[in-house]
Order: sequence, then structure tokens, then C-alpha cells
Amino acid sequence: MQTDSPFNRLATTPAEAVTLEIDGQPFIAREGDSVAAALLAAGAVPSRTTPVSASPRAPYCMMGVCFECLVEVDGLANVQGCMVQVIEGMKVRCQSGARELTEGDFHEAV
Amino acid sequence: MKQYDLVIVGAGPAGMAAATAAAEQGLTVAVLDEQAAPGGQIYRAISAPAPQDEHILGQDYYHGRQLLAPFTQAEVDYIPAATVWEITREREVRLSAQGQARTLRAGRILLATGAQERPVPFPGWQLPGVMSCGAAQIMLKTSGLTPPAPLILAGSGPLLLLIALQLHRAGVEIAAVLDTTPRENYLKAGRHLGGALRGWKVLVKGLGYMTRLKGSSVRCLSRVSGLRAEADDHGKLSRIRFTHKGKEQTLNATSLLVHQGVIPNVQLSRAIGIDHQWDEQQLCWHPRTDFWGETNIPGIFIAGDGAGIGGAVAAEQAGRLSAWQIAHQLGKQSPVDRDRLAEPVRRDLASILAIRPFLDVLYQPAKEFLTPSDDTLVCRCEEITAGDIRRFVQSGCIGPNQTKAFSRVGMGPCQGRMCGLTVTQIIADTRQTTPAEVGYYNIRSPIKPLTLQELASLADNDSSQSATENN
Repeated sequence: MQTDSPFNRLATTPAEAVTLEIDGQPFIAREGDSVAAALLAAGAVPSRTTPVSASPRAPYCMMGVCFECLVEVDGLANVQGCMVQVIEGMKVRCQSGARELTEGDFHEAV
Repeated sequence: MKQYDLVIVGAGPAGMAAATAAAEQGLTVAVLDEQAAPGGQIYRAISAPAPQDEHILGQDYYHGRQLLAPFTQAEVDYIPAATVWEITREREVRLSAQGQARTLRAGRILLATGAQERPVPFPGWQLPGVMSCGAAQIMLKTSGLTPPAPLILAGSGPLLLLIALQLHRAGVEIAAVLDTTPRENYLKAGRHLGGALRGWKVLVKGLGYMTRLKGSSVRCLSRVSGLRAEADDHGKLSRIRFTHKGKEQTLNATSLLVHQGVIPNVQLSRAIGIDHQWDEQQLCWHPRTDFWGETNIPGIFIAGDGAGIGGAVAAEQAGRLSAWQIAHQLGKQSPVDRDRLAEPVRRDLASILAIRPFLDVLYQPAKEFLTPSDDTLVCRCEEITAGDIRRFVQSGCIGPNQTKAFSRVGMGPCQGRMCGLTVTQIIADTRQTTPAEVGYYNIRSPIKPLTLQELASLADNDSSQSATENN
């Protein structure tokens, strides 16, 4: 998951360290980081591929407008990564293509 | 359903100032905000800014604390991390927070939903590694994170210069700042210099950014055109091409930050059905409002950049004006008191806004960003190009809702936020008419996706709240 050239962290004001999982790998983020910020700090770029052409994408606007940072958070797909803050134990997965309906979704829908 | 005198959407400068002013007048107020903490985008994370060194973001950012302090002390129901997905003309506000949906009833509604960055379409803008300048600034404020080198900034406008300066102060190595402001804009803007001189404080500040940046070691190139971003074998940004002084140049880049100014965020105001007009100078849509921020739908107000771009300080003052008028309408304040409060604000606003025509014209985006080349992706969600849109117009589409039906352009998750303006401009350009004539997408609620589970919780939550209120 860790690729080249992640975002760099400056000297910051005190905040708790938050451990989350990104694609199964542990990553220590800073309290107040959005999921999208954690992905960029972890070098998890691209963070998804598109449903139309499977082209790679990464967070673009960081303020809820562009929907490029869609990821799976604790099993829920299509979450705007920039709008959710990291919490201890959170499990984040990069999304490939369109969201798939799982058996669980089907039973719930019925 | 809980009832408030005033429900405010957005906790940026306009929302915070309006909430504080309205609570002072004795109104019951709720503030709904999408973010986890107040501040909006301009004062993002102002309650806990990440960078240790306050010199990096500068004084204007920390001015947000002067709004935050009275806001946190005011008697206001502040609901963070709440997504407002529908507002009705009957002034019911539907929101989701923590996976639960509910409705609030409001005597008056104030939209303080601010601005978004203008779409910056050019070949390769969808590549991982390309971000907006605003995004980089949000990362800096909330997390103290800076983009990896080699880093290039490209675009036009004060925010481009400010973020370049902030990253430079943060010790980030910037390979180049590429200014795409067209040469002719300087001549056109010259006509508005008189007004700009009345707003000399802002002008001096802007010139200050420019001199400090140019006096630094950062390489600044002006009148850049033909921007293209290219990918490596993994589909990530690896280099950019552009033309400067008639010569094509190539630079390696891991990060490219782009910016072409900001535009009002009209998603909610469009979905409510508020009247909008095309702004010839700001080249964007803005809702029609009166002096106090009231729209054509009685009882629904808009203050701040969401009503037309004026910047953070103007937004703060506009928020107060709306709050006083609302207090007056609800019988909490006499017109005499309202006008007495409003008079100094009116003068202040006139002086703050004096520079706008100059800035708006100077930083109008180059044609290549307004009506991009055929191979440029316009709709990032559905992957529709500018060439596709032009072909649809040639097949007879006269407006954005028709191109949407033809191709799903604007129908992806962002619901047109990233392509709406560009689609209108391409259609207008191809039809040789005006954006005002072409119009915009019909935006429908819910304006943000919500799960069926959230939607289903609405009935339960609204009726259980009513039951509590009746007891």
C-alpha cells in the first residue's frame, strides 16, 4: 500500500495518534485527519479506480465537492473520504470500479 | 420535528457571525455544518489548527478566532458533521448526522454554504497527483500536511499566490508557479482600477503576496498557456507541459496544484428553486438576493460567498445583516434598531467590495479553462469530454439538461458540481450565445447521497421528536 512520495507532515500542534487500517496495513494518523488526508499521508495513491474506465483517481478538492476520494470505510462503500475523520481501529479500503452489491446488501434490500 | 426561529446551514464566517448576531437578538438558532468543527473552508480547523508555526498560515487565517470565540459562547444549537440534503419552500430542513436523518422546522433559513473552487478542466486534470490549491490549503490547516515534490502550482488569482506563499513559508520546495492570467486581462481590469484604489487595503495585501513570492527563490512564470498534465505507466502525474513565451516546456511533477478562482456553491439554492442569475464579471451563477440576503423565496436568505464572491470579511458582515433583518421580521427588533446596526456594516461592506470588479476582471480564467480542448475530460464522474459536449450540441442539444440525458454528464456522484459551469460555457460557446441563455442543470434533492437506511430513519426520528414535544 505504501507507495512513493507521500504527503509530508510539518511540526504540528499536539493531537492524539490514531491507528487505522488502510487496505489491511496499519497506519498511524493524527486526530483531526480526514480519511482522505490519511490516505495521502500514507501514500495510498491512487485511492480508487473509476466505474466507467477503471482509470486511477485520488482526492482532489478535500471539501466534499468532487467525490474523487470515494473509499470503503468500515465496510460501507462510496464514502467521501474527505468528509469523515479518522477514528481508532477504522478500516479503510481503496475502491476499484463500481461498488458491488454483496449478499448482505441483497438480504437487507429484500 | 424541532422548531427554530432560524436554521443556518454552514459554520463559516457568514454562518458563525449570523448565528452569534441572531442569538444576541433572542432568536432560537440551529447551525448545521458538514464539517466536524466550525470555520468553513477559509477558517478550517480554526478551533485546532494543525501547523505549530502560526507564521505559515498568517494573520488573516487566525482572524477566524475572533468569530469562533463569540460563536462557541452563543446560545446556539450547533450540529457538526451534519449533511443537509433537502430544504423545502415550506422551510423544512432535512439532514443526516451520525447515520440518522431528521427534519428541523425553521421560521427563517439562512444558507451560508460559501464557495467552491471553479472547475479547472485541462488535459490530465483527473490524474492522481493533481489537486486544487484549496485542497492543499485544507490539508495544511487541518493536518499540517504538504504535497510531495516536485511541486508545481498553476492558475490564476489571489488564492494561488497565497497558497504558494504559505507552502513556501512552510519550507516546501516549489519547482515553479505558473500564472495563466491572460495578458489582455490587465488592460480590461485597468478600467476598474479606480474602484480598486478605494479598496486599497486589499490591493496592498495582494501586491504584498506577489512581491514576497517574486522576491523569494520560487520560480514564477507569467502568461503561461497550453497546460497539460501527463501520467507515468501507473497512471499517476509525472510531468506537465505548457507554453511560455512561445516555447513549449516540460517539467517533472509529482504534485500539481491548480486554481482558477472560486464560485458560489449553488447546489442547495438551485435544489430549492431559488432564482439565479449569470454574473458577467465573475463568470458564474449566483442566487438573486436583496440587500439583506433574502431570496425570491420568502424566509430563505443567503449570506456570504454563496450569494456572490466577496471574500471572508464581507461574508462575516453579510451574515450579520441577514441576522438583523430576520430578527426584525420575527418581531425581535425594530426597523430603527436594525438600521442603526446595519449602517456601519453597510459602509464597511462598500469599502471591502470596492476592489471586486478589478479582481474579478483581472482573474477571469483564460479561454482554455472556460471552454477546454476536445480531449479534456469535463465530467470527471462519468468521463465525458469537452468534445462529447460539442458533438451533442451539434446533434441539437441546446442546454445542459439535454446533454445530461444524452450522456449522463453531471449525473455522477458529484451531481454536476465539478462540470456544471464548464458544460454551460461549452454549450454557450458552441451555440454562440450566452450562459444566461443556456441555463444550468436542474438540481434535485437529495443534494448529497444518503443511504436507504438513513432515509428510512427519517420517519421514526421525526415522529419520535414530535411525540417528545407534545408531552
